Amino acid sequence: MTASAQPAVQRDKSHSHGAVVPESSRAEWFTSYDVGAFEVPSGREEIWRFTPMKRLAGLHTGAAATGSVSVVVDAPAEVTAESVPRTDPRLGAGGVPADRVAAQAYSSFTEATVLTVAAEVRSPAPVLVTVTGPGAGKVAYGHLQIRAELYSEAVVVLDHRGSGVYADNVEFVLADGAKLTVVSIQDWADDAVHVSAQHARIGRDALLRHTVVTLGGDLVRVSPTAAFADRGGEVELNGLYFADAGQHFEHRTFVDHAVPNCTSNVVYKGALQGEGAHTVWIGDVLIRAAAEGTQTYELNRNLLLTDGSRADSVPNLEIETGEIAGAGHASATGRFDDEQLFYLQARGIPEDQARRLVVRGFFHELLMKIQVPEVRERLEAAIEAELEAVGV
Amino acid sequence: MATLEIKDLHVSVATDDGAKEILSGVDLTVRAGETHAIMGPNGSGKSTLSYAVAGHPKYEVTSGSITLDGEDVLAMSVDERARAGLFLAMQYPVEVPGVSTSNFLRTAATAVRGEAPKLRTWVKEVKESMKELDMDPAFAERSVNEGFSGGEKKRHEILQLALLNPKIAILDETDSGLDVDALRVVSDGVNRFKASGEAGVLLITHYTRILRHIKPDFVHVFAGGRIVESGGPELADVLEAEGYVKYAGAEAAGV
Ligand SMILES: Nc1ncnc2c1ncn2[C@@H]1O[C@H](COP(=O)(O)OP(=O)(O)OP(=O)(O)O)[C@@H](O)[C@H]1O
Ligand SMILES: [Mg+2]
Repeated sequence: MTASAQPAVQRDKSHSHGAVVPESSRAEWFTSYDVGAFEVPSGREEIWRFTPMKRLAGLHTGAAATGSVSVVVDAPAEVTAESVPRTDPRLGAGGVPADRVAAQAYSSFTEATVLTVAAEVRSPAPVLVTVTGPGAGKVAYGHLQIRAELYSEAVVVLDHRGSGVYADNVEFVLADGAKLTVVSIQDWADDAVHVSAQHARIGRDALLRHTVVTLGGDLVRVSPTAAFADRGGEVELNGLYFADAGQHFEHRTFVDHAVPNCTSNVVYKGALQGEGAHTVWIGDVLIRAAAEGTQTYELNRNLLLTDGSRADSVPNLEIETGEIAGAGHASATGRFDDEQLFYLQARGIPEDQARRLVVRGFFHELLMKIQVPEVRERLEAAIEAELEAVGV
Repeated sequence: MATLEIKDLHVSVATDDGAKEILSGVDLTVRAGETHAIMGPNGSGKSTLSYAVAGHPKYEVTSGSITLDGEDVLAMSVDERARAGLFLAMQYPVEVPGVSTSNFLRTAATAVRGEAPKLRTWVKEVKESMKELDMDPAFAERSVNEGFSGGEKKRHEILQLALLNPKIAILDETDSGLDVDALRVVSDGVNRFKASGEAGVLLITHYTRILRHIKPDFVHVFAGGRIVESGGPELADVLEAEGYVKYAGAEAAGV
């Protein structure tokens, strides 16, 4: 096991004596709904440097929509689903695009899907949103907003599948006391390119459990951002990914603590196998000066199952106040733990079976957090199939 | 009747400065029904011997042989050795996060027995074995060894010994870290295993206290990577009284 943990960036503005805040500070990031406000990235920028720009199919250079995704919502009667024009005044409340592709998606979609869980309503069953790609060689943009009103409670599964190139923004707007659980599954065909900016705005004492599951696609880049609107909010950002030969899966989490007494927990785990499998996890947490009593922890672990795969992992914790309840991060990337394999084999368990046990065990903690049994079973089966594929 | 035969065993580990020999010619035969105790100073190579028998990839056998009932153990993979009837209770049992102990035990029993044990009798078997070892049934639902105390890990090793019922068991410092009660519970577990008379035990320890519970037939002194003296149970008392100074240079004298 090799462990790499970057030191936390710690800054106390009161002592900065006019020091220049580094360009990379999340506090200084530019955001806009308008694609024209962003320069075309070259790929050398900090936020693009891991992404193979050539495989973005022009999403960053203004590719026009040549198709559309199909969005099918399967929701219980307690949840309202609407298809609305881009002029709908509710749109954009969840967050503002922070990179050019997200802004391109925001500037390009023609129709948005809005799901609303009314105040004090508890959705009796998960809401299933199936997004099917525009088809091979086609480009589409989309927009989805999920509104959890006061003290409402719901589970939403976003299931992305099919072929083509797709960029979208997804908004989660949680009113005070709302509890929203989201599972975003990227189970695309081998050709697919998906760049998704997911923005959460979390009200007072509200709770968002957000899990990203990326299993398929040529290039998948998901950027979940969580911002607290008021005290007492809590967010869990979980992620699970399994990259095969040639696949690029990138996850960039950002938790913005701007108000006091909020809690965030980020846990991303990935397995990689095959030549050229590449995963990237960037975990930004910003604790602003006003965010006293913040509690945050983030963790990323990667398991390299074969040679030739590569996992980048960059935790980045910026702390602008000394009055926090706790902040920590950990990151580790390694091969199979030989000691674990040895222990299992020393009990008679054949090597391939021992490897599977270890990988399943590696993901177990995250799978247990997925409270939708159907989804959990599907993921277990998907992981099993991935392991089968390389004969692990 | 099972026989484990170790002949002129030389074992090295890879270090930054090249291969380093740790075992320098170990000769030892353990037969079914016998209990052998190995005692020796820290770093003398006792765990290395047990790992080499179990087939840990870190330890390279450079010469010599290990056979079980005449079969070449060195030609077997780690799991084949276990299925052939060898068992190692480890000095430092490994944590396997996310794998439940019950799943692990059943998978191991299925592998060693060659078929999945019938669910109903299996559950009962595990429960009873855990009870005999004074283990809370809640351990079955926890990840393998994760967060277990030192003593709990050792009981879990002996639980596996009971369920897998090997021909030859090597117990590497199973007694260390156990309080008086736990030592008795664990020793009783080993004695139940021995009771059939069909299994051999190789017990590695620093202390004679466990030998009062588990009676050895032979005691071997291990120093500098080999057995330097062998005798009956009385040798253990001599060692306890005199230490290992006689067998090794001053540097290896500390116990
Ligand atoms: N991977 C390794 N690299 C370098 N040296 C090693 C390695 N593994 C074991 N050794 C060395 O081999 C020697 C024997 O170790 P071993 O663990 O077998 O001793 P031991 O007799 O079991 O000691 P203890 O009583 O402390 O358990 C020690 O000096 C140890 O440092
Ligand atoms: Mg040892």
